Amino acid sequence: MHNLSPSTALGGPDALVETIGNMTVSEVPFTALASVAARLGTEAKTKTILGAYLGQDTPAVNKLVQADTVTCFWTGSDQWMIAAPMQTHEGIASDLEALLAGNASLTEQSGGWGQFDVSGPMLEDMFERLCALPIRSMRSGDANRTRIEQIGCFVLHFGDRVSVFGPRASAASLFHALITAAKSIA
Amino acid sequence: MTQVNRLSGGQIDREKTLNFTFDGQTYLGHDGDTLASALLANGVRLMGRSFKYHRPRGVLTAGSEEPNALVELRSGAYQEPNTRATVAELFDGLEAKSQNHLGSLKYDLLAINDRFSNFLTAGFYYKTFMWPKAFWEKIYEPIIRRAAGLGSLSLLDDPDVYDKGFLHCDLLVVGSGPSGLMAALTAARSGGDVIIADEDFVLGGRLNSETFEVATQSGSDWATHAVAELASMPNVRVMARTTIIGAFDHGIFGAVERISDHQATPLDGKPRQILWRIYSKQSIVAAGAHERPIAFENNDRPGIMLASAMRSYANRWAVTADQTVVIFTNNTDGHRTANDLTAKGVSIAAVVDTRATAPTSDAFEVLAGAQIVDSKGRLGVTQAIVELADGSRRAIDCGAIGVSGGWNPNVHLTCHQRGRPTWRENIAAFVPASSLQNGMLVAGAAVGEFSTASAFRSGADQANVALQALGLKPQSVELPQTEDAPVSITPFWYVKSGTGRAWIDQQNDVTVKDIKLSHQEGFISVEHLKRYTTLGMATDQGKTSNMGGLAVMAEMTGKTIPETGTTIYRPPYTPTAIGVLAGRARGMDFHPTRLTPSHKWANEQGAVFVEVGNWMRAQWFPKAGETHWRESVDREVLATRSSVGVCDVTTLGKIDVQGADAADFLNKVYCNGFAKLAVGKTRYGLMLREDGIAMDDGTAGRLAEDHFVVTTTTANALGVYRHMEFAHQCLFPDMDVQLISTTEAWAQYAIAGPNSRNLLQKLVDDDVDISNDAFPFMACGKITVCGGLRARLFRISFSGELAYEIAVPAHYGDAMMRKIIEVGAEFDVVPYGTEALGVMRIEKGHAAGNELNGTTTAVNLGMGRMVSKKKDSIGSTLSERPGLNTADALVQVGIKPVDPKDPVPAGAHLMNADGPVDAANDQGYATSACYSPNLGHHIALGFLKDGANRKGERMRLVSPLTGIETNVEIVSAHFVDPEGDRLRA
Repeated sequence: MHNLSPSTALGGPDALVETIGNMTVSEVPFTALASVAARLGTEAKTKTILGAYLGQDTPAVNKLVQADTVTCFWTGSDQWMIAAPMQTHEGIASDLEALLAGNASLTEQSGGWGQFDVSGPMLEDMFERLCALPIRSMRSGDANRTRIEQIGCFVLHFGDRVSVFGPRASAASLFHALITAAKSIA
Repeated sequence: MTQVNRLSGGQIDREKTLNFTFDGQTYLGHDGDTLASALLANGVRLMGRSFKYHRPRGVLTAGSEEPNALVELRSGAYQEPNTRATVAELFDGLEAKSQNHLGSLKYDLLAINDRFSNFLTAGFYYKTFMWPKAFWEKIYEPIIRRAAGLGSLSLLDDPDVYDKGFLHCDLLVVGSGPSGLMAALTAARSGGDVIIADEDFVLGGRLNSETFEVATQSGSDWATHAVAELASMPNVRVMARTTIIGAFDHGIFGAVERISDHQATPLDGKPRQILWRIYSKQSIVAAGAHERPIAFENNDRPGIMLASAMRSYANRWAVTADQTVVIFTNNTDGHRTANDLTAKGVSIAAVVDTRATAPTSDAFEVLAGAQIVDSKGRLGVTQAIVELADGSRRAIDCGAIGVSGGWNPNVHLTCHQRGRPTWRENIAAFVPASSLQNGMLVAGAAVGEFSTASAFRSGADQANVALQALGLKPQSVELPQTEDAPVSITPFWYVKSGTGRAWIDQQNDVTVKDIKLSHQEGFISVEHLKRYTTLGMATDQGKTSNMGGLAVMAEMTGKTIPETGTTIYRPPYTPTAIGVLAGRARGMDFHPTRLTPSHKWANEQGAVFVEVGNWMRAQWFPKAGETHWRESVDREVLATRSSVGVCDVTTLGKIDVQGADAADFLNKVYCNGFAKLAVGKTRYGLMLREDGIAMDDGTAGRLAEDHFVVTTTTANALGVYRHMEFAHQCLFPDMDVQLISTTEAWAQYAIAGPNSRNLLQKLVDDDVDISNDAFPFMACGKITVCGGLRARLFRISFSGELAYEIAVPAHYGDAMMRKIIEVGAEFDVVPYGTEALGVMRIEKGHAAGNELNGTTTAVNLGMGRMVSKKKDSIGSTLSERPGLNTADALVQVGIKPVDPKDPVPAGAHLMNADGPVDAANDQGYATSACYSPNLGHHIALGFLKDGANRKGERMRLVSPLTGIETNVEIVSAHFVDPEGDRLRA
């Protein structure tokens, strides 16, 4: 095993968690991410293989599915992102590459994103300050792409919490935006 | 301190007494007052000075259309100019100051302007301030700047914070008067998501100002109950203190919600105001109507106001402007005011009605067929001069005049998307166009339904139209019983007799005479009238003046009012703080910051950072004792070229390209060939724009048959990715290729210098062979480092040294940099920043953004032969344009000073050694320059006509504007390692 320690998107060894009023914003570091994009002509096969891996159909447009600790969300036409804890799934990109056997293009995205989970009773009040998504109509299982303070993000709805994936290099700016919104509505 | 002009009743809370100051003097008011109502209650009629003539002015209206009573609210950094006193909610401790006077409000020294009014008519500045010419900069302009504007700024940073927000609804109802409330109630009962917004702090619109009963309650009580019902519904969002500032595309509205403007101290950390973007599927504009005045000589004195405003002050705020009032009207509304005021014990000295058939009254004298032709009283009206039907004149003592010239539907929002209102003869007013953008609907007085009953009906009807469009069930609602009086108006725009000035636009001081002057000067179109006189161009956008101006011009030209037409209204509906438009994007948060994986480590080293777009990049790493950046940069360059240096190059774009057609796709986007690039090899690539101009350069490494990693410059990462996506989706959709950005996913470090291989050897795992044979110049591949960490290695060089770029997943970037420094200590590894990076690439002669400046071609870059003619690629055809391929086309060269002490600045132009220095003789220009510590003098890259054939030539490098003329010699652009021996070591 290699001897290098990973750092969180916010630069720490440990994740940052902030509670403002009744809302909590938690950095979720070390999420393994793999992007799967079906190749031309093998869209159906890719869906089948991926579906078998997930134990259910791949998610439809703007949706996500969960299979144990693995989350799969739609990111484009015949394109999905797979997210799982790095502790158990660090090799997920190469695992899926082997599984998909050339039917899809795989890239590891683990280093490219920072994840923040937001939980608390005022999720909707908070997100209507952050992005143009119709958050009050969103339900558990919805996955969307939007901009938060000029940062392109994925916003995944899990019912009692919302996960925000933003580009890693802008993690500090994104975290700041989330905290600011939480303070505004507190 | 008594409030001398308080009346009984009203909707204020007399239990809560509030202290406030105006121009330093303390007064009392009550909860529910506005600043205007409280001032009137205290007998204060004089509230401001007019823009140009500095005439004493008082409040004209009771709403946001107010042109005169503009004050500076609050003090210090919170001071805000041009606040309308009519909408400023009173709070304990409110501080307000009047604006636009030199000396006190009462004794304004600039009132002298009024005496020179003949010289200050509309457009006077087009005919003055021209002579003597020398006076413009030092005398005229400073004077004009001082005189311009109304309020003043504190020039301190705005200490408030503002939020942005996004709301979604099925139906947005703008305005909460009778039609708005009824529309919202109707729509809400169907279950649709409804937002109802009103700029006022108490909802209900005119229901709070009139004395009509609504279903046996007072109008305001009915409104209170309706609002409570709406607020109790989970599918309704009631937004008070929320101005809909604009109607934008696709049913999106801008709204400013005032959170704490009505509180003395802003809430800590909370936004003062919120700018909401409201995405609505349907909208109903129930914005009511504005009463319009009648212009007469000296119609702008304090105490002269709209008759409907007098009713608002009396009925809602329990205030009268004076105990003796004269009414001037051309319709029934003036009589309503007279009745309401009489009921509250105010004395109506007379109702002057222009109509010969005016109704009589037992309570007060009605002068039918009469007009007010003048008024007296400089600091506040004292007399109305009336011309009776028989032509005789009478002076009537009074302290206030209520004027009613009819009502203008509030069409603003219906015009923001270029809707043009249409004329409705029976109400002598413009109403919104019948068909509006995005299916916008209009209800109530805003569409000319002026009676309370018709407003209710209109609101319910339009709600059902909206529900139908939404696919929801229309609702049948019981409309409350209330007055349904017809409109009875005889148009009367201005009093013709009198030689003095009659005001049309009080905020910009535009009179009837100005409009006549505009006509005389030939500015007769309504658009010219507006701009020549500035009528309607003040902060009120002419809400109480546009109509009057049109009417005067129509008469002048002999056209009808509809023939004269209207100008356009634009957002924002009312003045909006710049801060709320900025939201949180201010100061350090103006834009997101992107930090590289080694940022934390670089910070610990005391690196100096530079902004590169949103990125923070280490510019140089000063060592203790270094006092000037050149010391650091020179050291970094020399150390790298003599041993080894490391630089974070994560910011350069990385695009992962996969698919069966990946190579063919790259062949299309790069001008040089990639289809035959071997696996495990990298190639320099040049991308052209479709017009043949160089767009970006980078490398593409082939990791597998169907897998490339394309690099771009930092600045063009997004542009190239977008370009490639466009090419894939629109130009070559049948190609099997998938693209994704991996710029941030991989930390990438350049390790450069003679010892770079030795350093790298300590990082790569044992099974990785990086010998020159196994991993030659331009090789690439997937490897593992540090005991099994997945990595990618590219042997490419920007510096001209033996160099590699190593990439690891970004979350290991920090650890990796520290490891590089640790194992590199043996070789005195030096971290280097963007400055040293720049120096080395200039020394090498490597093109970068300065050279790919959007005007240069492959030929100019010395890469003409790179544009393959064996295949078609984007830009290839147009790169052959004759104009881009002349014999003397610019070609990249190196420039060095003849005298080694001289700099050779970028941007300077190349001229022949002799002859004129001018554009006609321009030979080229320097693009990138630096001091080369390796050569001991400054060097530059540049473009020179026919440069390939002019090596050794002596020339002049000039910058006539900044007085530079330097003797230079043209040399090869490759100052260091021109044969590439170091590269291939």
